[in-house]
Amino acid sequence: MTGKTSTAPEPPLAMLAELTHRCPFSCPYCSNPLDLERRSQELDTAAWREVFDQAAALGVLQVHFSGGEPTVRPDLEELVEHAAGLGLYTNLITAGVLLDEARVGRLAAAGLDHVQLSIQDSDPAESDRIGGYQGGYRRKIEAAAWIRAAGLPLTLNAPVHRQNIEHLEAIIDLAVELDAERIEVAHVQYYGWGLKNRAALMPTRAQLERATEVVEAARARLKGILVFDYVVPDYYAHRPKACMGGWGRQFLNITPSGKVLPCHAAETIPDLEFERVPERDLAEIWENSPAFQRFRGTDWMPELCASCERREIDWGGCRCQALAITGDAAQTDPACGLSPRHADLVALAEAESGREPPAFQYRRMTRPEPAEA
Amino acid sequence: MTALRAIVEDGSLPRLPRHVKLRFDQRRDRWIVLAPERVLMPDEIAVEILKRCDGKTSVSAIVATLAAAYEAPTEEIGKDVAEMLQDLADKGFVEL
Repeated sequence: MTGKTSTAPEPPLAMLAELTHRCPFSCPYCSNPLDLERRSQELDTAAWREVFDQAAALGVLQVHFSGGEPTVRPDLEELVEHAAGLGLYTNLITAGVLLDEARVGRLAAAGLDHVQLSIQDSDPAESDRIGGYQGGYRRKIEAAAWIRAAGLPLTLNAPVHRQNIEHLEAIIDLAVELDAERIEVAHVQYYGWGLKNRAALMPTRAQLERATEVVEAARARLKGILVFDYVVPDYYAHRPKACMGGWGRQFLNITPSGKVLPCHAAETIPDLEFERVPERDLAEIWENSPAFQRFRGTDWMPELCASCERREIDWGGCRCQALAITGDAAQTDPACGLSPRHADLVALAEAESGREPPAFQYRRMTRPEPAEA
Repeated sequence: MTALRAIVEDGSLPRLPRHVKLRFDQRRDRWIVLAPERVLMPDEIAVEILKRCDGKTSVSAIVATLAAAYEAPTEEIGKDVAEMLQDLADKGFVEL
């Protein structure tokens, strides 16, 4: 087995707790896997409490309550209170439409530190169309006001793609209007549902360049008012992103049933087995499980990465993208300009973004069709 | 919305907002700052500044304390402290 390291890894900084995969929305770029976990598989309250105990003991500093839609769970307040009591920094990642003013107040009282609210577009009808939820936009705007009224800091999360990218300026203005202190302008990433819908989502290179200009201009104009996080789509990039800050270095993901993953798309990689909390201790999984060891550090790298001076900057890029494009998760991420497959990736992006977008295949809780070639 | 960028002045009373937490992490044996989607690992000087961001201590008082502690010229320390606080304020880690 390659990838073994002799010393124990540093503890993770953050943990994404997917409390459920249930969600009223059906966004075509959802980061959940195609094969969504069901309600009957979800960890119960006591099990999640134990997971947070284990996370705090391991050295996790931040917990992101996510989903699906985490507010579907009636025990969210109890779990937030428990995590906050352990000294964990608590962040709620929500679509907002199931919240009401009283519940926002209860979450704030439970010790919630921060809310990240998603928005699908600045145009109400388009936002509802992209998310597949009628009336969602209006309820999100209401939720944002309750969040701020409760004294909670707000980040607006705006996934962007070719069907809303022309509205980016208006989306940024909306963040200021809603009194958000941060905005994440996140170009859609192509795994799972996003990969399935890539031809409907991939921007042209000109659209991407324009979006980057818009963000840079707004970042300068709104300095000290709105903080920007900008995630670029790496199909057009020269260097890959340091996916998750490196496999098994800073981050872990818990699925609704308790499976522990190095990233939320890791289940696409065949031959990796993921262990479950709370029956197996989180620290044991983080430090020793073969799935976390497999691509940790630099020992697993192909020669192209191993001999590269950026090997500990981008950590070989993204394993799931290497798999999706080359069929082998242990190859250099083709987003890297040095990858022999990089030209294929760019050609793919240019071809797909140059055609009429096909209809969305909305996220649904059904068995997926066999993977397309 | 009439939001304006806050600028650091000698009389500013910097404080950490409710959602920014300076903590000593036993596991890592160092000070850390927890903020939305961010974990900062501040250096020694930054920790000394952040500890004094209590909403009651002025920038000039922070500068005077540090200048004495590090036996450094007030002017030099003052410039460093103002730059650091302005950067932290622009990123939302400090309120003025």
